[in-house]
Amino acid sequence: MIRLEKRPTPSRMWTALTPLVAVLATLVAGGLMFAALGKDPFEALRTIFYDPLFNAQFAAYSRPQLLVKAGPLILIAIGLSMGFRAGIWNIGAEGQYIIGALAGGAVGLAFYPSDSVLIFPLMVIAGALGGWGWAMIPAILKTRFNTNEILVSLLLVYVAEQLLASMSLGLLRNPQGGGFPGSRNFQQYEAASNPELFAGTGMHWGVVAAFIAVIAAYVMLTRHLLGFQIRLTGAAPRAARFAGVIPTRLIVTCLGISGALAGLAGLFEVTGPAGQISIDFNSNYGFTAIIVAFLGRLHPVGILLAGLLMALTYIGGELAQFMLGLPAAAIQAFQGMLLFFLLAVDVLTNFRVRLIKREVA
Amino acid sequence: MAGISIELLLASLMVAATPILLAAIGELVVEKAGVLNLGVEGMMITGAICGFAVAVETGSPTLGFAGAALGGAALSVIFAVLTQLLLSNHVATGLALTLFGLGFSALIGQGYVGVKPPSTPQINLGVLSDIPFLGPVLLSHDLMVYLGLALVAAVWAVLKFTRTGLILRAIGESHDAAHALGYKVVRLRFLAILFGGASAGLGGAYLSLVRVPQWTEGMTAGAGWIALALVVFGAWKPWRVLLGAYLFGGVSVLQLNLQAAGLKVPVELLSMSPYLITILVLVIMSADKRRAALNAPAALGRVFHATT
Repeated sequence: MIRLEKRPTPSRMWTALTPLVAVLATLVAGGLMFAALGKDPFEALRTIFYDPLFNAQFAAYSRPQLLVKAGPLILIAIGLSMGFRAGIWNIGAEGQYIIGALAGGAVGLAFYPSDSVLIFPLMVIAGALGGWGWAMIPAILKTRFNTNEILVSLLLVYVAEQLLASMSLGLLRNPQGGGFPGSRNFQQYEAASNPELFAGTGMHWGVVAAFIAVIAAYVMLTRHLLGFQIRLTGAAPRAARFAGVIPTRLIVTCLGISGALAGLAGLFEVTGPAGQISIDFNSNYGFTAIIVAFLGRLHPVGILLAGLLMALTYIGGELAQFMLGLPAAAIQAFQGMLLFFLLAVDVLTNFRVRLIKREVA
Repeated sequence: MAGISIELLLASLMVAATPILLAAIGELVVEKAGVLNLGVEGMMITGAICGFAVAVETGSPTLGFAGAALGGAALSVIFAVLTQLLLSNHVATGLALTLFGLGFSALIGQGYVGVKPPSTPQINLGVLSDIPFLGPVLLSHDLMVYLGLALVAAVWAVLKFTRTGLILRAIGESHDAAHALGYKVVRLRFLAILFGGASAGLGGAYLSLVRVPQWTEGMTAGAGWIALALVVFGAWKPWRVLLGAYLFGGVSVLQLNLQAAGLKVPVELLSMSPYLITILVLVIMSADKRRAALNAPAALGRVFHATT
């Protein structure tokens, strides 16, 4: 008979190992899924994980994409991980990401066709404020009216999506776009664009911001009082209150940080890789970032690695779609599976598995 | 505004409320047992495609609904194993279920985009369905509408009057005490989660087979989350959940009718109204801290690990 025995403290070894075990298990299960779809599983896995980086034919295009896709994922996931650690569940990052893009983009478009160097910094600030403001709705409803932040932040994603549709069809539509939906293209509006900083690397300001966020989060969690309060609240909410943590303030801070970072990610995406505000510029980064945060064990360095891995599944998925006709949804299911396996093997971190012989009474 | 008839509005309200009602009543049982399953959206959309696929392949909507219940329940097994046996966090696992369900359903659903499902027959009560006003509003729907109502009554009765219901509620209030009394916490929670999954699956299939009726990716569009909010709105009481479902059914039907009537309000504002109203209602319901805390099952979302 198998029994689980609670460990006094989480195992450090398993904390580090579980993401690897989960990735391996997902590769096996994913291979089976691809086989069930009638594709050669080894070829599919090679196309997703190996070819984008090392195949001479595709790597030139795919490698820069790695940073392009990982940037927003890491930036959003870093913000989310703060709240998740403290038991504050912001799952509406997708909405904050959209609003950040709208707010920042609108500021830039308002000054068209200015060429002042101040435009882009101003847009960045507006983007962060947009995301922050959108996240303040669940934060204030939670602290003032005790409303569940999970449901409110998520429902606001649908509201943000409608707002995005309304804006790209109406207020922010390109007046010279011949009636097509979508805003002006930021790539042709130099003062407001977020170009590749070094040719062929995929590095843009969003990726820079993501790296800064990783370092800042690491310093904050290990060296700053706020980081201590977050970790303490996650580990023992009652003890945290005795230690002087004000729950209301922590909720507002955590949701605010994650909202602002998601808003930034949205702004960098819309001015860079996406190019314009359009109905479907958002590519579910806000939801995938949840998986990234968990896969990275809510740790900044872990999130950096997890973000790169998840970006690889996006790129490899596109490649597999193109080369093998693997449906796009398969990758989404694959990413979901990864989270399942991660949660499943996580039991090993907190519990010891004991085999017990049934005693005869 | 003249184009909107009250009779038609009320009749379509019953239809519009059914998917969220089915999902919400299932989730109510799950939460009463102390489990917070945030995967309702994922189970609904899985039910939507399973039901759609089975109905199209067999030509029978009845088998379709059965398939949907099975599909939803099958997905919920993953949640049950993870949270009950492997002691994972309820919130994270529920989110995983939703993310996986959305991808998985899109994967199965590829061949079914643009296909027309077999139509679900409406019950025919002969003379009764011809009664003016009451007939078309109440008595001329398909069976699932009434199944939803029956399910509400059954859940209410089981929770209130039976021993099983009492044990279920006890487990939801304090799993440690219930375990000490010898009740099978994990087994009963497992069954509650399966029931929730099957109900959500039925709700999803009602969307794809009756309400829309068509399959498109991500077609539930937040219905599962509204169902979760309904449970809070209904203060974990079955009849109030029914009331809430009709309220939201009414809002969504009304906004669609207003869109069609060409009201001078932006379409997007009308489309976001169900979500905004859900948030508003949530705020009102949870504003009173003490009452909200009394209504919610005390062990909701807490992981149970039997030490002895």
